[in-house]
Amino acid sequence: MSLLEIKDLQATVGEKQILKGLNLTLRPGEVHAIMGPNGAGKSTLGYSLAGRDGYEVTGGSVTFDGKDLLEMDPSERANEGLFLAFQYPVEIPGVAGTTFLKHALNAKRRHHGEEELDGLEFVKFLRGKAKELGMNDEMLKRPVNVGFSGGEKKRNETLQMSVLEPKLAVLDETDSGLDIDALRVVADGVNRLRSPDRAILVITHYQRLLDYLVPDFVHVLADGKIVKSGDKSLALELEEKGYAEFVSAA
Amino acid sequence: MSEMIDPFIKALDQVEQTGPAWLDALRKQGAQDYRTLALPHVKLEQWKYTNLKDLRGAEIAAADAALLDALPATLPDLDAYRLVLVNGRFDADLSDLGGLSDKALVKGLEQALEDGDIETLGGGFEDAALVSLSDALLRDGAFIRIKRGHMLDKPIHLVILSVGSDKLTASHPRIVIDMQDGASATVIETHMGANDSAVVSLPVSEVTVAEKARLGHYKQQLDNAQSYHLAHSAVTVAEGATYDSFVLQLGGKLARCDVRCLIDGAHADVRVNGAYHAGNGQHVDNTSFIDHAAPDAKSAENFRGVLDGDGRGVFQGKILVRQIAQGTDGQQMNRALLLSEKAEIDSKPELEIYADDVKCSHGATAGDMDEDQLFYLMARGIDADTARKLLIQAFLFDVLNEIDYAPAREIFHDAIAAKLGEIA
Repeated sequence: MSLLEIKDLQATVGEKQILKGLNLTLRPGEVHAIMGPNGAGKSTLGYSLAGRDGYEVTGGSVTFDGKDLLEMDPSERANEGLFLAFQYPVEIPGVAGTTFLKHALNAKRRHHGEEELDGLEFVKFLRGKAKELGMNDEMLKRPVNVGFSGGEKKRNETLQMSVLEPKLAVLDETDSGLDIDALRVVADGVNRLRSPDRAILVITHYQRLLDYLVPDFVHVLADGKIVKSGDKSLALELEEKGYAEFVSAA
Repeated sequence: MSEMIDPFIKALDQVEQTGPAWLDALRKQGAQDYRTLALPHVKLEQWKYTNLKDLRGAEIAAADAALLDALPATLPDLDAYRLVLVNGRFDADLSDLGGLSDKALVKGLEQALEDGDIETLGGGFEDAALVSLSDALLRDGAFIRIKRGHMLDKPIHLVILSVGSDKLTASHPRIVIDMQDGASATVIETHMGANDSAVVSLPVSEVTVAEKARLGHYKQQLDNAQSYHLAHSAVTVAEGATYDSFVLQLGGKLARCDVRCLIDGAHADVRVNGAYHAGNGQHVDNTSFIDHAAPDAKSAENFRGVLDGDGRGVFQGKILVRQIAQGTDGQQMNRALLLSEKAEIDSKPELEIYADDVKCSHGATAGDMDEDQLFYLMARGIDADTARKLLIQAFLFDVLNEIDYAPAREIFHDAIAAKLGEIA
């Protein structure tokens, strides 16, 4: 059974139609990459899946693990197992990283009828996860993303992902703003999350992340639609030739 | 009589006559000035946004000395010297001043006057009717003097309790803090009601921070929702001295803290920060005046407020940079979060600059919750209601970072959480 099934998805931002009938199917265990030129609708796809206000779905359907995703509010989508790693993670002064993640994890646990973790249990659990990503206690105590470098913010997104253990992770331009070392740390973190029952959707402009996070399928998104699909060799081809072919076709 | 009787005039008939001659003179002057000035009204620029009309016709009695068996259970437990005032009078039984160094005088003000520790009081305020009233009725309060070069080993917790009765009662605690050259101390003030009756609390503080001294001065105003809190504070900061202060206002039906800070010496470092929350039926005013009268000093004001229901906030902040005050760095900001259509904030920042080499800024913002932050929290599974609560509290928690002294941050954090509700 597919984990995510997007059929003929149409979405507008403001008055403008951005997604114009997008089809995509992900099965558990698969890593898909969506590549495309600027303005093709890559971020709109991520936000539409996560349910952000202002990204209005005007047609089509999205089924997530057998349920109608578009019926749910953003927090329900997250609790059902959808995770969007933000291109620009938001700074939240006044909310400590640990507090934030504890609320997030316990919301999910409640949603699934599981016992909530108390403060101590949670800190233990979180420390283990953070260590894998080279994040120390001091970073966890700081307010969410405040004063973090670009690399630290992306590492923090990866940490959240590993804590929340989603069924589907959507990575929106996760490589942007990273140096090569940070890129490796983040890619390693994501690779550790690869598993037979989890799918990953990597949205990216460049091929570089895919050297470390090797996809099973690569799709080209241009003018709001998937215009070409292939295996990982398609990414290399795009890197070489650029998107000119697809932009002119659109 | 065509005019309503001033609610405090009657009290002036019972002006004390104990203590030294200068004190009598101060009381008489205070009484005379109050009779001239009378209760502030909205036609005065300083009182444009805060209307005392509910007090105008009220019958207000002087609060009696009250006996309390115990401190309120909600009082934060601090490892500190504790000085307790009940209805403006020093309460030796509830205070805990054991183990103080002889370089620190911490006692009731009446006792300090009797002991001859004080040679003068008053000053620092012009045309402040309620300070004149306080001068007229001056009797007791808190006295803190940290002697030259002494660094106090523990903070002082000033607990200012009001015990209301079936009548509306007023108390006038005077708080005197005298930091001598190079002294260092932290003072935390907690103002709260010991019961649910309405009171009028009119504390007046006189603070001096002498050369190279340092004072951390953190106040939380947690009076009950029926009460009036009208506080005045005059602070003088000398050369190279540091005054790190914070006012958290969560309580009161109508509350105003008016801080006037005279920067009297070069390289003084003054921080007047604060946070406030006004819910239904609450009016909270923060008024400040920073007077840069010496060069190369720094002042920073950072205020945050949350206004909910029909709650109303007022922020008036004036920075005066005198001609002599070259090299001044003065920053001021008030940010308010408005959570309902009926909530209101009136911000009046004012800069008056007569020096040419200065770095000054002021700003005020008023707005709704940050949608990006809200979405980010929801995208991690936190429901909309919880996410909103988290962000409202975070908005206030964030400004607590301005406080140098970590235990005060924690106490204020808990006070905010207690009012706004623990988040499950």
